[in-house]
Amino acid sequence: MDLDIVELSRLQFAMTAMFHFLFVPLTLGLSILVAIMETVYVMTDRPIWRQMTKFWGMLFGINFVLGVATGLTMEFQFGMNWSYFSHYVGDVFGAPLAIEGLMAFFLEATFVGLFFFGWDKLSKTAHCAVAWLVAAGSNFSALWILIANGWMQHPVGARFNPDTMRMEITSFYEVLTNSVAQAKFVHTVSAGYVCASVFVLGVSAWYLLRGRHIELAKRSMTVAASFGLAASLSVVVLGDESGYDAGLNQKMKMAAIEAMWETEPAPASFTLFGIPDQEERETKYAIRIPWVMGLIGTRSLTEQIPGIDNLVDQAHQKIRSGIVAYDALMKIQADRENVPQTVRDTFRTHEDDLGHALLLLRYTDDPRMATEAQITQAANDTVPQVFPIFWGFRIMVGLGFSFILLMAFFFWRSSFCNQSYPRWALWIAVIWIPTPWIAAEMGWIVAEYGRQPWTVDGVLPTALSVSHLTIQDVALTLAGFVTFYSLLFIVEMGLMLKYIRKGPTEDVEETEDWTRRHEARMRGTGTIATPAE
Amino acid sequence: MILYELISYDVMRVIWWLLLGVLLIGFAMTDGFDMGVGALLPFVGKTDVERRVIINTVGPVWEGNQVWFILGGGAIFAAWPPLYAVSFSGFYLAMFLVLAALILRPVAFKYRSKREFSAWRNGWDWALFIGGAVPALVFGVAVGNVLLGVPFELTPQLIPMYPGSAFGKLFGLLNPFALLCGAVSLSMLLTHGAAWLSLKTRGNIAARARDIGAMSGLVTIVGYAVAGLILLFFIDGYAIVGEVVKDGPSNPHFSEVERTGSWLAAYLDRPWIVIAPICGFLGMFMVMKGLREDRAEVATLLWSKLGIFGAISSVGLTIFPFLLPSTLDPTSSLTVWDASSSHQTLFIMMVATVIFMPLILAYTAWVYSVLWGKVTEDEVTGNSHSY
Repeated sequence: MDLDIVELSRLQFAMTAMFHFLFVPLTLGLSILVAIMETVYVMTDRPIWRQMTKFWGMLFGINFVLGVATGLTMEFQFGMNWSYFSHYVGDVFGAPLAIEGLMAFFLEATFVGLFFFGWDKLSKTAHCAVAWLVAAGSNFSALWILIANGWMQHPVGARFNPDTMRMEITSFYEVLTNSVAQAKFVHTVSAGYVCASVFVLGVSAWYLLRGRHIELAKRSMTVAASFGLAASLSVVVLGDESGYDAGLNQKMKMAAIEAMWETEPAPASFTLFGIPDQEERETKYAIRIPWVMGLIGTRSLTEQIPGIDNLVDQAHQKIRSGIVAYDALMKIQADRENVPQTVRDTFRTHEDDLGHALLLLRYTDDPRMATEAQITQAANDTVPQVFPIFWGFRIMVGLGFSFILLMAFFFWRSSFCNQSYPRWALWIAVIWIPTPWIAAEMGWIVAEYGRQPWTVDGVLPTALSVSHLTIQDVALTLAGFVTFYSLLFIVEMGLMLKYIRKGPTEDVEETEDWTRRHEARMRGTGTIATPAE
Repeated sequence: MILYELISYDVMRVIWWLLLGVLLIGFAMTDGFDMGVGALLPFVGKTDVERRVIINTVGPVWEGNQVWFILGGGAIFAAWPPLYAVSFSGFYLAMFLVLAALILRPVAFKYRSKREFSAWRNGWDWALFIGGAVPALVFGVAVGNVLLGVPFELTPQLIPMYPGSAFGKLFGLLNPFALLCGAVSLSMLLTHGAAWLSLKTRGNIAARARDIGAMSGLVTIVGYAVAGLILLFFIDGYAIVGEVVKDGPSNPHFSEVERTGSWLAAYLDRPWIVIAPICGFLGMFMVMKGLREDRAEVATLLWSKLGIFGAISSVGLTIFPFLLPSTLDPTSSLTVWDASSSHQTLFIMMVATVIFMPLILAYTAWVYSVLWGKVTEDEVTGNSHSY
């Protein structure tokens, strides 16, 4: 196996996926914020809310197309660069991807055109419904892609078929209700909502600092802060839920997140700070808080969380058991018709460990011939790079708590302080705009880097999953994507900044006209109270 | 009794072979005119306003149309995983070209109108041209290579292998027959785009589109006929040797395949498939006639769709049950009987399709009906949200 191809393919996938996820979270959240604003417009008939819908909708559109464009790459890259992965798990992994197309992409893509082009062609209510359908489509697509991703983290409802040499579905229900997938879905869409809320809050804060578009900015801030507070609470709570699931299902990832080299007596302590050293297998300068990790990871005081060394020992045993499965598989393959039932039974007994035997293919062509040293190497390979996972997790969680504070503050000011905001707070809101993206990308690093050396946890090693291409092939496309994506990013940022600077096109006449009519209406019915604005 | 066993495995495989056809034809019929319009743009639109009118005829719908392509990819992944694995990595650099072109397209649609100066707009116009013409060409080239057979083999573990250098493989795809197929596919979609513009615009734009469309329609007919003759006289087909097991496990190594005779022998075995090329020729002829006679009718567009249906289904029906034949090791060839997902996955996917496809067709039809009518210059310049 040519390792350079593996590394280049991983780099390309990481690059294109992380780039794609610069646009996805904003799409997820902004689609809902825009739909909320339009709903308020339909209910109150106030022109300002339509202007808000159109303004944030335009920024949504600029962002949305890059999500669509870069999503194309994601859909086809599995087959292009990860052909053995596609063959090996396509029977399970392909289905949610296809259903994503049927249920989500068609919905959002068909109606997003109508959202922009249908202002004069549809009734107000129908147009608002279109906005909600776009939002629903975006969020459904997150559901299905995370069911697919959740299966890679925690492969349930499938088993290996020796005749077809691949994983095949045994229970679609288990794939759908995979606890990891469900927790990831809510966590990820919540992260998207936080992203959009921080974006709307920050841009509005900038308008207030400049003294521009005050009416629009204040209302947008109220919507963003309320929605953002709920979302940031959800992202942290549901993040905890996925932490708990990682503890149950991906013990190695959990140990890497905590840089827990040795198994501690329960309840384990939480390492607040430290420099993990992969070679020495220890965490230097560690500051530990007793008990906390045990509580997060197991929600008990007595259960142990296994450390990395312990898990490597377990991997040793799984590799040995996997070799038995591999041997049986080879016998089945050699003479499918006449192989004795006992061999098939042996395979079934050890099939869960087959993936661990495949780890040896990096070092030998035949895992059955592996030496002790090679088995030890392969067992050590099951430890992911601890440093980026340990720190990625801490940055993500730290930022997560900062969003709760930020949103809570602005929610309080908008609800109870007559929408007055101190300038320093507005500046923080502006400066904070990029941070949800950092948190989201860190989240993916923890989730995907922490899954190494597997593409499908315990089932298929990453090194085996790649396509047998040439170095030129992958180097060329990697260079192509980097150049192409950089240009697109510059163009997109340029347009975003241009349209934010330009601001909404406010129709003052229309707003004043509405206010006149509104006041007349209020006098007519004798109501004294005007809605708080 | 398990639910999915209600429909036998071989029938499920045929159903998914048909659905694959539906998706590819759906893609060519809908996104096909978007690509045709993109490729026609620099030649049919002379001024900025004309070009904006052209772009806005597809502006609200191209995004939904493109999903046919994405769903096509997803459905191949889910229903025919070996086909997805082998073809996408085998056509690696060609796929990259298609991707790059298709990525340009959404960006160009959305960003073109966001700045005023002409270098910006001209640049995006050419991006739309590339985004339309390159995929239209490459898809045809790919079909040509499928008919010729592709140099790949599967190891006993079913790992797809393709010997050769990166550029060797890319230029290997660009052989004369495949390029002819590429030309047919490009001219067919140009004609389709012209039929769309003829229906959705007036005046100069419609007239220029009809002129080009009538010409490319003729090229399509001639090219399609020539490709058929080459297929008859110069290209060997493939056949499964021995017993054909239709409901066995999906492992290409379990059946024996060799190159024999002509693909067109299929027309002797199952003569009814001749309906496909007849539809192809009839549709292409009628759309050419309609455009030449300056008729701006829905009928012309529908004839064009019939032509596309005929052309694509003729390829699928001719090579059935083959999906991707291998020149290097014929036994590795992927067929309908040995390259599908498991019985259960095919069933689950069929249920999902039965639920969602009618919904998709219904709301897509509704969106087209809302947007019905010609796109005019006044409308484009008057709406701040148009492209």
